[in-house]
Amino acid sequence: MESQISNLKSEIVFEDVSKFYGEILGVNRVNLTIAPGITSLVGPNGSGKTTLMNLMTGLIQPTRGRISILGIEPSDPQELFRKVGYCGQFDSFPKGMTGYEFVKSFLSVHGLSNKEAEEKAWRAIERVDLIDAAHRKVAAYSKGMRQRIRLAQSIAHEPAVMILDEPLNGLDPMARAETIRLFRQLAQEGQHLIVSSHILHEVDKMSDRVVLINNGYILAEGGVMGVREEKMEEHPMQITIRCDRPQEFAARVFASDSVVEAALHEDRQGLFIKTRNADAFYQLLNRVVVENGMNIESVSPVDDDLNAVYHYLIGSNGGGQS
Amino acid sequence: MSAAVEVQAVKSAQAGHDWSLWMRQIRAILRIEVRKNFWGRRALLIYLLAAIPVLLTFLLSIIDNEGGGADIRRNWASAQEAFAAIIYNGLILRTVVYFGCAWIFMNLFRGEVVDKSLHYYFLCSLRREVLVAGKYISGLVVSVVLFTLTTGGSLFFLYYARGYPANVNYLFDGPGLTQCLAYAGITILACVGYGAVFMVIGLFFRNPIIPALLAYGWEWVNFLLPPLLKKISIIHYLHSLSPIPVSEGPLATVVDPTPAWISVPSMIIFTAIVLFLASIRIRKMEIRYGNE
Repeated sequence: MESQISNLKSEIVFEDVSKFYGEILGVNRVNLTIAPGITSLVGPNGSGKTTLMNLMTGLIQPTRGRISILGIEPSDPQELFRKVGYCGQFDSFPKGMTGYEFVKSFLSVHGLSNKEAEEKAWRAIERVDLIDAAHRKVAAYSKGMRQRIRLAQSIAHEPAVMILDEPLNGLDPMARAETIRLFRQLAQEGQHLIVSSHILHEVDKMSDRVVLINNGYILAEGGVMGVREEKMEEHPMQITIRCDRPQEFAARVFASDSVVEAALHEDRQGLFIKTRNADAFYQLLNRVVVENGMNIESVSPVDDDLNAVYHYLIGSNGGGQS
Repeated sequence: MSAAVEVQAVKSAQAGHDWSLWMRQIRAILRIEVRKNFWGRRALLIYLLAAIPVLLTFLLSIIDNEGGGADIRRNWASAQEAFAAIIYNGLILRTVVYFGCAWIFMNLFRGEVVDKSLHYYFLCSLRREVLVAGKYISGLVVSVVLFTLTTGGSLFFLYYARGYPANVNYLFDGPGLTQCLAYAGITILACVGYGAVFMVIGLFFRNPIIPALLAYGWEWVNFLLPPLLKKISIIHYLHSLSPIPVSEGPLATVVDPTPAWISVPSMIIFTAIVLFLASIRIRKMEIRYGNE
């Protein structure tokens, strides 16, 4: 019982949560437990990612079910936002404010003293690398700068949980890399980061786990590899091997139960394997190489990444944009 | 979690209440909102509206209406009545304060929904009831400052036209000062009452213009209503406080003015009830800008 309560206070929990906008489904029967680290919500437009985030932050209320953020209900904003920061997708700002005023004003609304608000505002602005532009009006910022100042505003009160809706949108490659580095750093400090993104290879790179969502339903959750393994029966893993004797290699591995398909490359310098048990296949590979003295140039899995998982579960090609 | 916020929360909890935190938060909201209301683009219309009665009284004060009853300098008694009925009651109270409050208070929430910036408040460690209080007080500060200045400015030109030393004598040795304070008090009370009503209208209705116009109609036909219905309006209580009795015309239902000791507390209780409704509403409010 005690450990359950302790888990509740360190996790984000959705219990049978549904949200309907009139007749339209937002999300349906979501049961989800999110531990600290970076969790990415992945799904096409309109799949329910933003709805989940807005539910977590109390901006909308569930039609059914219960949500708990580290033991706090979203209907209690005074408690909730001591621990939660949300960087939403709304690209709008209170009129006439500079970047610094924007961050500092809302820290004051949190209840911080003027001095504390100033210190924290500058710290957050520094973290997103906007010091030089801090005294310029937000209205004059580029899209990337607006994104960064919103990020600064959401992290300024040093929340334990950060909810970030498409935080990499509008950022140039340098800023993206820098922002991902910041996320990793915050996750290492023990924070929860819930991130939604369309850019699958970046999600893949930074996430500890993913939640795949489509049409308001959670399709899968867990580590990318874990989710991929769950789909092994329907979609055997594809591995490309470049080696000196691909025909012989194919003959030897095809005898194994773990291999369901083996095809030679057109240039006859490699082969293409499909397996339902990647671990068993890799052990077999090692054995065959050692026993037969084969020369292996490369072994590369083709579909063990988020892009493939997305493709298998949601149907369209994740590519980079979905 | 921010250590500073946590320490403050613990201190407040130890003290058994969050009042000091709420006061700090209301001050922070006031700083943001008052600045926005005074210097924002939306403020320009209010300045123009607030200036109309002052300009009109100024023009009346310099026009020498030969033999006409409206000339302030020649006929002080009728000028005072005309000021009470036309300038103050008809223009300032029923038009400038009414529409000014409608604009200021309905925009407190509705304007932020249109600008898609309300969520920044909703994402703060802030009780939504405190947000209602902070926004309402900020609207009150702006409306009271502007419309008390309008009232004061109009009265200034009324007294100016009478000429020195008659105006000074009337003001300080006669009933002038009491009348001026009464006008200012009525203006403040109007801002308190109308402000609360319009803030709630802005919270409940996506298009608040129609309910605001319906309320305007109700306030205007108030003089025709039977005594009981007449008392279900703000204007009735404000009229009751007028330092110079205002005739409502030959068609008006005659009702005794409600004494100040009933009018003022009634307005304050009414405002508290309306703000309570606003607090209930805002607790359930969702941010769905796409549907607005």
